[in-house]
Amino acid sequence: MSDPVIRINKMNKWFGNFHVLRDIDLNVAAGEKTVICGPSGSGKSTLIRCINRLEAHQEGEIEVEGVTLDGSLKNLEEIRSNVGMVFQQFNLFPHMTVLENCTLSPIWVQQKSQAEAETLARELLERVRIPDQADKYPGQLSGGQQQRVAIARALCMNPRIMLFDEPTSALDPEMIKEVLDVMVELANEGMTMLCVTHEMGFARQVADRVIFMDEGEIVEENAPEAFFSNPENERTQLFLSQVLTH
Amino acid sequence: MSSWTPTAPRPAPSNTVGFVAWARANLFATKLDTALTLLAFTLVVYVVEAIFGWAIIDASFTGDDRTACLKEVQGACWPFIEAKFGQFIYGRYPDAERWRVDLVFLSGLIGLIPMLMPNVGFKRANMIYLLGFYPIFAFIMLNGGMLGLATVDTTDWGGLLVTLVVAITGIVASLPLGILLALGRRSDLPIVRALCIGFIEIFRGVPLITVLFMASVMLPLFLPDGINFDKLVRCLIGVALFSSAYMAEVVRGGLQAIPKGQYEAAAALGLGYWKTTHLIILPQALKLVIPGIVNTFIGLFKDTTLVLIVGLFDLLGIVQLHFTDASWATPETHITGYVFAGAVFWLFCFAMSRYSIFMENHLSTDRTSS
Ligand SMILES: Nc1ncnc2c1ncn2[C@@H]1O[C@H](COP(=O)(O)OP(=O)(O)OP(=O)(O)O)[C@@H](O)[C@H]1O
Ligand SMILES: [Mg+2]
Repeated sequence: MSDPVIRINKMNKWFGNFHVLRDIDLNVAAGEKTVICGPSGSGKSTLIRCINRLEAHQEGEIEVEGVTLDGSLKNLEEIRSNVGMVFQQFNLFPHMTVLENCTLSPIWVQQKSQAEAETLARELLERVRIPDQADKYPGQLSGGQQQRVAIARALCMNPRIMLFDEPTSALDPEMIKEVLDVMVELANEGMTMLCVTHEMGFARQVADRVIFMDEGEIVEENAPEAFFSNPENERTQLFLSQVLTH
Repeated sequence: MSSWTPTAPRPAPSNTVGFVAWARANLFATKLDTALTLLAFTLVVYVVEAIFGWAIIDASFTGDDRTACLKEVQGACWPFIEAKFGQFIYGRYPDAERWRVDLVFLSGLIGLIPMLMPNVGFKRANMIYLLGFYPIFAFIMLNGGMLGLATVDTTDWGGLLVTLVVAITGIVASLPLGILLALGRRSDLPIVRALCIGFIEIFRGVPLITVLFMASVMLPLFLPDGINFDKLVRCLIGVALFSSAYMAEVVRGGLQAIPKGQYEAAAALGLGYWKTTHLIILPQALKLVIPGIVNTFIGLFKDTTLVLIVGLFDLLGIVQLHFTDASWATPETHITGYVFAGAVFWLFCFAMSRYSIFMENHLSTDRTSS
């Protein structure tokens, strides 16, 4: 395996006195697809939000593509421009059209020209299969379409790593597939992906590795086949029996 | 397998559309509704008749002094307004120089009207004209003393001119100042936050009259000898600071309504604090609080009448001043003057209110609007 692009070493985080993440060690290689699952409140969101410092960790190191996240603004900017993120609640900007949402970062962060940014945005909207919605506002789209816009918006930064925080949990069943299809395609193109999700089908199909978290710790990690067929830890077994029977 | 064809739409039954149906549903649905409708109708007729009688039928329209307004049944005394109209608009601004004020009004309108119409382009140029060129131009024209223009002291300014100068300066200064104060109040920097909270709470807790009085009487005591601001300028500063404290709280309400996810999405896209604030947060927050912003503008516009307390004569002040003119002393002079001043204030405030509703609809981006 090549050098890891994300290297997390003995990372700890507290919310006040509450110890949310405990001694997290995690390495992600370039192009690797990692799925993170675990019960609610186990710290999955907090973990991936630490990677682009939407939450600051207090102990240990996080390194993304050789750049250390240590509160320096310059490092932070560099990391954020290489890491895209997709949220459970889409978080599109409601006062901007779909196209404006997508061109925002290329224009204002990467200093691309308007025309260049628009060409790029339209290309990516095509890739997430909504080229004809470019001039609508987010409020006029379905949930599945909004989430695909959010993916296109993140891809417009041309990131090398993508973080997904339960991208399909706020969607109706018939829309989940259209978002997962886009994600599978992205995975097949070689993007490095970290996904918090309970879509076990997706995990089986694309993940190189599944991580199970509980109480702020990484309890178990394994290749998907082994993870699902014979989980080692009893907490994992219990969790899987609950998720898979649904 | 049978295929499904949608049912064709039919027109709505005729008894649910049209005026009669509307009236039946909304005005005469029950006995109580009918009674209330008739009562309200009678009241409206009564009030309109009274106003119409006073303002038109029994009113005097021509005349050169009080004798025109001393009929047995006397309504409004419009000749009083006519005779004093110039004073009401310009104050004691010299007759020969009033074209300068007209020019300032006109060039303001020329900049303002396209600015207020969202579909007219060149917004950036328009903004530069209104906020860069226009204030300097207006100052030179109104104040004079250069370019061969005679100086007109601000003590001679009055009427609608003073009202508009105070109100517009207050409006233009209070929005950006208020935004900065609101951002400061939510800042992570403790000193900035403390200063902003202190400023807002002090100015919000004190009546405007006090602020104006302090600005005009107390401030000179603290300034070193020889440095002396114009009284009007001191009032402008007082009004601007006072209204920016109110504006700050209105804007803060909007800022608080923006979900955390918006900040996070912007951060994840690599936008820093100022870009996030300017591109993501403020456009949404300000849109949410348009009614509150305009409410503050309207309050400010009417509060300009308080400059009377420090000896400046705004529209209302100058109307009242002319009540003392013996050649127009009639029983109807006061009420006519007040109605006139009220109508002018109302016109401006109503225009602002309608414009705010128009902007709210224009900026709405939800499903309903397209
Ligand atoms: N800003 C915060 N302040 C204090 N506590 C927080 C904060 N954010 C999260 N927590 C707590 O940290 C714990 C982990 O939260 P996190 O959102 O990471 O869980 P999660 O595994 O993503 O759960 P879910 O599946 O419900 O999204 C929870 O107990 C939560 O209540
Ligand atoms: Mg979560």
